[in-house]
This record gives sequence, structure tokens and C-alpha cells, in this order.
Amino acid sequence: MGLLDKQFSDDNIIITKVDDLLNWARLSSLWQVGFGLACCAIEMMATSASHYDFDRFGVIPRPSPRQSDVIIISGTVTLKMAIRVKRLYEQMPDPKYVISMGSCSNCGGPYWEHGYHVLKGVDRVIPVDVYVPGCPPRPEALLEGLMKLQDKIRHETLVKKSA
Amino acid sequence: MKTTEEIYKILKEKYPESTGDLITGQPVEEFISIAPLKISEICLFLRDNEELLFDNLMNLSGVDDANGENKKDETGANTIEGGTLGVFYHLESTKLRHKLTIKAAAPRENPEVASVAEIWYCANWHEREAFDLYGINFLNHPDLRRILMPYDWDAGYPLRKDYKNPEFYQGMKVPY
Repeated sequence: MGLLDKQFSDDNIIITKVDDLLNWARLSSLWQVGFGLACCAIEMMATSASHYDFDRFGVIPRPSPRQSDVIIISGTVTLKMAIRVKRLYEQMPDPKYVISMGSCSNCGGPYWEHGYHVLKGVDRVIPVDVYVPGCPPRPEALLEGLMKLQDKIRHETLVKKSA
Repeated sequence: MKTTEEIYKILKEKYPESTGDLITGQPVEEFISIAPLKISEICLFLRDNEELLFDNLMNLSGVDDANGENKKDETGANTIEGGTLGVFYHLESTKLRHKLTIKAAAPRENPEVASVAEIWYCANWHEREAFDLYGINFLNHPDLRRILMPYDWDAGYPLRKDYKNPEFYQGMKVPY
């Protein structure tokens, strides 16, 4: 369902629902926290670069969590870092979204058994909207994850509290 | 350029008390074992002696020798009593083009090794790492505190063979 579904009824007037307008605005400019953790971050940077061009989805890295809408947890979350990740998430203004990128941040990845220093899944400290599997995921997979998140935002409503 | 045997002879002559055995015939490089509290004195000699000139500490790493007695504690977990914790030093002379491996083994209950951080500055962080992961106490180290694990980590030293991971750290569940 596009924004312009109801068409123009008069010159320069668009009729749409408030929900649709807000959701469209939100999903079209998801600013991410400029934050990377491990090898997944390299893949995330490749996604931002010209070949895959994250910017065409309105995703640009912001240097401050206070100006960001989405945080991509790109890599191994150590116990030491988990405290910082949580703080970054708490500094972001609502509405905020989390993409967990790669096996490490999904569930601990290769460190699941003997990783004495690794948090076994970032969802133990912050709520996650989209999990992207892979080790590391290819840029296409991350883009797919972002589109899943956009889908999720597209169906949000002001009436009841969103996830 | 000198072989390990030749260097061993020099050391044995100069420090007969502190120089242990030359260990060969193992799948690792041959190495000389040194008394842990004399290691800084001997390393200074190795660095400054005209014939040796080991100016480069390539690596310093802790090792759990796990040569003590295996026991079970009251919870059924493995513990090791007695035996040693080792520190390996890989040295190189960039001028004379020779290399040497030495080892200091300290008792597990009170692992104290003299620091070489003042001899090769790069040893500073290496020794902090060995302290962090094995609990080896480097005497006269300028700044001996944890380097990789969180500063408030109180569950022990993770790379010891009898290490047991805690259930929680700061409210976060640690096991899978």
C-alpha cells in the first residue's frame, strides 16, 4: 500500500491516513547509529558504500545515538561491550529499532559454548526487531533485514503501542 | 648468530643457580627454563650482552601447564592443585639474527614472576594479558591490572584449565 493510494482529489492536496504518513516518513529515513563491533561491521560498511548504497533506503550513519532511529548490532557482543550497547540503546530517542546482524549478536555464534567473555545474544540486554543470520551476512542479507524492518514499521499504528 | 645450545652454555656459566634445563625433543621449539624471580636479571643480560643482543621481545605468553593434581571440589567441578603456570618469552636479535625461547614456571598457588616491562616496553601489555587471563603476578610491573576482561571481573582467570564461568555478570546471564 503506497502513500499515494488515495490519489489527488484536488490540486496540491494529498489525502492519506496519519498512520500511513508517519510510518512512511519513519521507514524512509532510518538513521543508524554509527557503530560497529566486529567483522560484521566491515560488511555493514560495505553495505553503506557505493555498490550496495544503504543511502537509497534513507539509511545514513549518525555520530550520535540521540539523532538515530536504528542501531545495527554488527558483531560479537562481549560482556564488557554489552553494558555500552545497552547505554547507547537507552540514549536513542523513541521510536527506536534494533537490527541484530550476524550469528554472534543473534545467539553468541561460534562463542556459544566456550566464549567466557561473550554475551549469548544481544536480545539478553536490548529488544531486537530483526535478526539477520550469517557469519557475517552478505550486504544483500542486511538489506533484506532492513526491508523487513521497513515492513514492520509500515504496519505500525498510533492507536496501540508499537513493539 | 648463536644456537640455543650455545646460548644455554653462556647462561649456565653466568647464572648456574637460576638457569634450569634446556628442554628439547618436544613438538615445540627447544627452550631454556629460568627461575621465575631471576627472569628480569637474565633478560637484561640477554638484551645487553655483546654476543647476544636480544633487542626484540617478539612475544610473551602465559600458559597453564596443568601439571598439578586433578581434584573435584564439593560441586563436582574440576580443580587443579599444585603444579605450575608458565610464561614463555620469544626473543629475537634483529642485529645478530638469532632467536631464543625461554620459559619461567611459577607455582600455581602463588604465581610470581619478575616483570620484564622495563627491559622491553612492549612486555607491559603482554604481561597485563597474562595477568588477566592466568592470574600470573608480575613483580615490579608499572601498571598491573586487567586489560581484556572488565576491570570488575571477579570470577577468576578464564584461560586456566580449571576455570569455571560464572552464572551471571552484572545481571546478564553468561552461559548459553
